Amino acid sequence: MLDPVLQVESEPGRKEVKNTTCYMCACRCGIRVTLRDGEVRHIEGNPDHPLNKGVICAKGASGIMKQYSPARLTRPLLRRPGGERGASQFDEISWDQAFEVMAERLSRLRAEDPKKFALFTGRDQMQALTGMFAKQFGTPNYAAHGGFCSVNMAAGLIYTIGGSFWEFGGPDLDRAKLFVMIGTAEDHHSNPLKVAIAKFKRRGGRFISINPVRTGYSAIADEWVPIKPGTDGALMLAITHEIIKQGLYDREFLVHYTNAAELIDLGESSADYGMFIRTDKPVEEGCFDPQNKLWWDRKTNGPVDVRCEGCDPFLLGSYEVAGRPVKTAFQMLKERVEEYTPAWAAGITGIPVETIERLAHEMGVTARDQKIELPIQWTDVWGREHESVSGSPVAFHAMRGLAAHSNGFQTIRALGVLMTILGTIDRPGGFRHKAPFPRPIPPCPKPPNGPDGVQPNTPLDGMPLGWPADPDDLFVDDDGNPVRLDKAFSWEYPLSVHGLMHNVITNAWRGDPYKIDTLLLFMANMAWNSSMNTVKVREMLVDKDDNGEYKIPFIIVADAFQSETVAFADLVLPDTTYLERHDALSMLDRPISEFDGPCDSVRVPVVPPKGDCKPFQDVLIELGTRLGLPAFVTESGARKFRDYPDFVVNFETSPGSGIGFLSGWRGKGGEKFLKGEPNPRQWEMYAKNNCVFHYQLPKSYQYMRNWNKGYLEWARAHGMTRYAEPINVHLYSEVLQKFRLAAQGRRPGRRPPRHLAKRIETYFDPLPFYHEPLESELVDTHEFPLNALTQRPMAMYHSWDSQNAWLRQIHTHNFLFMSPQVGAANGFEDGDWIWVESPHGKVRCMARFSESVEPGTVWTWNAIGKAAGAWGLQPKANESQKGFLLNHVIAEELPPNEAGEHLSNSDPVTGQAAWFDVRVKVYKADDAEPRTTFPQFPAQRRVPGQEGRRGRWQAYFAGLFRRKAGIE
Amino acid sequence: MTQLALVIDLNVCVGCHACVTSCKEWNTSGWAGPMVDQRPYDVDPSGTFFNRVQMFEVGEYPNTETVHFPKSCLHCEEPPCVPVCPTGASYKREDNGVVLVDYDKCIGCKYCAWACPYGVRELDEQQKVMKKCTLCIDRITDQSLPENERQPACVLACPTSARLYGDVHDPNSEASIAIHENGGYQLMPEWGTQPANHYLPRRKTRIQIFDDELERADNPLTKEAPLPAAEGDTLDDVSY
Repeated sequence: MLDPVLQVESEPGRKEVKNTTCYMCACRCGIRVTLRDGEVRHIEGNPDHPLNKGVICAKGASGIMKQYSPARLTRPLLRRPGGERGASQFDEISWDQAFEVMAERLSRLRAEDPKKFALFTGRDQMQALTGMFAKQFGTPNYAAHGGFCSVNMAAGLIYTIGGSFWEFGGPDLDRAKLFVMIGTAEDHHSNPLKVAIAKFKRRGGRFISINPVRTGYSAIADEWVPIKPGTDGALMLAITHEIIKQGLYDREFLVHYTNAAELIDLGESSADYGMFIRTDKPVEEGCFDPQNKLWWDRKTNGPVDVRCEGCDPFLLGSYEVAGRPVKTAFQMLKERVEEYTPAWAAGITGIPVETIERLAHEMGVTARDQKIELPIQWTDVWGREHESVSGSPVAFHAMRGLAAHSNGFQTIRALGVLMTILGTIDRPGGFRHKAPFPRPIPPCPKPPNGPDGVQPNTPLDGMPLGWPADPDDLFVDDDGNPVRLDKAFSWEYPLSVHGLMHNVITNAWRGDPYKIDTLLLFMANMAWNSSMNTVKVREMLVDKDDNGEYKIPFIIVADAFQSETVAFADLVLPDTTYLERHDALSMLDRPISEFDGPCDSVRVPVVPPKGDCKPFQDVLIELGTRLGLPAFVTESGARKFRDYPDFVVNFETSPGSGIGFLSGWRGKGGEKFLKGEPNPRQWEMYAKNNCVFHYQLPKSYQYMRNWNKGYLEWARAHGMTRYAEPINVHLYSEVLQKFRLAAQGRRPGRRPPRHLAKRIETYFDPLPFYHEPLESELVDTHEFPLNALTQRPMAMYHSWDSQNAWLRQIHTHNFLFMSPQVGAANGFEDGDWIWVESPHGKVRCMARFSESVEPGTVWTWNAIGKAAGAWGLQPKANESQKGFLLNHVIAEELPPNEAGEHLSNSDPVTGQAAWFDVRVKVYKADDAEPRTTFPQFPAQRRVPGQEGRRGRWQAYFAGLFRRKAGIE
Repeated sequence: MTQLALVIDLNVCVGCHACVTSCKEWNTSGWAGPMVDQRPYDVDPSGTFFNRVQMFEVGEYPNTETVHFPKSCLHCEEPPCVPVCPTGASYKREDNGVVLVDYDKCIGCKYCAWACPYGVRELDEQQKVMKKCTLCIDRITDQSLPENERQPACVLACPTSARLYGDVHDPNSEASIAIHENGGYQLMPEWGTQPANHYLPRRKTRIQIFDDELERADNPLTKEAPLPAAEGDTLDDVSY
């Protein structure tokens, strides 16, 4: 061998370096890709990128193995005539044929009934385009994967503080002194959070993790507080109890920036029972919370207009206004949490009383005694000038661990209230927003509010997904029945702001509320890990009616890889990888904004597409043009956009609006940002600037943005928000109370169907409360004593990475982890084959004992188990033989109950899939049983255009690999 | 003499495996590559990695520590793998202390793997030569790279900066300071191998709240009491 020092200079091949954006998970780090003779040699973090600042994760550094994966689809495929769906019997077709098939079918559906076409997508990061396509088509049946991911986190906090975690905001660990992470949160904003936690710890910050399982980031917590799954709400409320009891709340913050001191009408006979008292003061109408409310003044001991000059309200108290009993919102909260004592919560959460009290004291005393003051002058929206920005250094983070329970919405409301009473909203050291948040509570876009919003050959009259503010915003017919296939925005799940993708197949199969014709799935593995009740869902996909026709007549799957779902397609559209295409991570969807200002980014191709792969965005533009959807054609019906890059440059939300998919380098010469005319060289300018646009707000606009006059006016001027009105925290939620009043029949306007009235009345509580997860109320928890969870491995992104030769060596198969006590109680040993059984199904898997898990919980890594033959793996690969999928024991519907036969296994407020509610028992598998996981499915066959079997050895060396291996 | 090495901070390592795959990615196409994978898409895949992260639990519930422990060649100052090599393929560089294998001289006899008490050498089952961490020798010595990129791929990748790299013989290097200040330690020093790589232990931050910190004159609850009202008698009314 040459001495390595000399070798460096003789590095073979032609070298190119290009910047783009990663997509090995949803984090969107900047990457620098080095090519050697056109083959990927190295992918590293881009040091000049604001998100990851040069670092990369295990997935990002394995992008090479995704690019050259044998699971790649390369040709459009049509199910072979006479071939059975699910059997992977396909013929290659041309793109022209594929477009003809789609255009013929979809133009007929659009002319007859646009609802018959449903478009649902996975974690695609392109809702700006997919949502627009659905709206233009005129179908309400559109959503991305949020309903089965973390919609409770989005809705619970946005309906409370006008923003939420991850893309919407996050913990300010640069300034925090105490950081509390609750539940599994490793899969969201992963690299930036890792960077921040490490810096935080190095500075001596204290990190507490509250989680049934100690893995991931919890491993490096200074204290691990094990908790029983689904009881986080009880803990938050008990901490709130203790903080109020000790007077550790931030009084000034509550008075000025929340509705805590505002008076609520409690007149028993009042039509506005439980609503804020409103004065006659004239107010503008709009999508914001008007300020015509009352305080009870300490000095005059009487009612006064909120925030009047020189007034100082009571935060607590019961009074009378115009003969009606009233209370402050904070009084209502105090009464609510009276029963939620630490002793009560200890019994529910399994956390000792002393620990709960200590957590409350640590949070409260740190917030009170370690105030941060930054020398930043700012002016609030009421015109008061402030010499400084202050904050309390207690930060929280939570995601799916709280969200994926049927009590998640109210749990997250409770977290929002706790963060608020500590005074930590958009202040240094606490929670901080990211543009375009904060937004009004709730944000302005609304779905159509009745079936008339759907008309043949007409765009949808409203957004397919929006933010209901009261029952009149629901998307229901005159009888209160859902208009959407997934029943989103109906009385079953009124605030289902991300839809309910997890019920789409079941509903379409059953024809409830109606049958559809064509289901287009993009990048969503609904025949496997993205569905609950996977065995049945796979049956539904191939089930036929009495005429021998499939109950879901036509299924189109767009994906880059041979997922389990591809087998169930009638038409397969091969997508590109992230290294092969243009993407806009748009301000119209969920951009990568930083705390200090708006930020969006792009992907640009670094290698040419493999085979006939076509970016899904280009497919939508072409299909929209062929269908003559108004956004894609001129008045005369001619093509408006050549392809997606052309669309991104030239599309404006309305003619001349100056708002498009990308916010950077707008204006003819790229001199404007956020708003400005299209710039023909916009892509080039992004590419030259690390593929990212980052506008840093002036310091005085970076904090207190819910109430920051300068910021709100700037945001309005730049088209980010419609109003420069204050966004006061909804400690008490009038939005929820409106639904409750409707259910009680106390409010004019829409009312829920009788069978749902009690459900609405119960769960639309204007104050956070704790209830057991719905499933636990409906199944025998003595027979099924354990909770079963999944956690996200940091080296795998959902089902994506078993095809990755490097990453699959890190997680080749999964175990069911549990306390040794569980094994002892059920008579099996570490490593034994066991059954995990719920009321809905059972799975055979291997047990692994662990001391890092609360003894009432069993858990496994998410989506490591695969169907045999899928993802380019050999049928005997460990993933399908030893690896298992927990989804088989989770139902997509609740057991029948008084509120309905077929209610989704979801949060009753938001429709968030309640993955983590499942109850199970475990027992030893018989020694005579096969040493493989159950259920098993016939091995999935490779599809035409997919590579043949790779050899026994794979020696990747960039520049030589594909030629040597004989791969295209 | 310069002794380049890694200092791995277990206090912040979350076990994300970024170091594992960024190492493989860089090195498979570099001087020490390829890093071969056996049965890459079949049963029991098994490939060469220069760096692996082990996970283990310490203690019993609920006082459990979950430890993620990245492990690669420790570039010992007295490397037991070098003297046992019959062909001179295993050697320690004099200029920077990095331990390397010359594949051209390696006959795959595995003596070095037996001699290494840390189990960090991996035989490439296809090429039948011994492979291991080179500290990214072809990056750290590449003068064409900007200076801040002349670091091992794992160090640049690590999201939590849990991997410090530098000259542990230079008492003023970041690596040496971290060892001195944070109780850095060597693995199994009793073997006399003097591993150059060090580990930093877990460190805990606690908050002490004293009971009397909960009592404050400015407790906001005091503001909820009604202000004294001007009602009833005063001394003005009743005194002589």
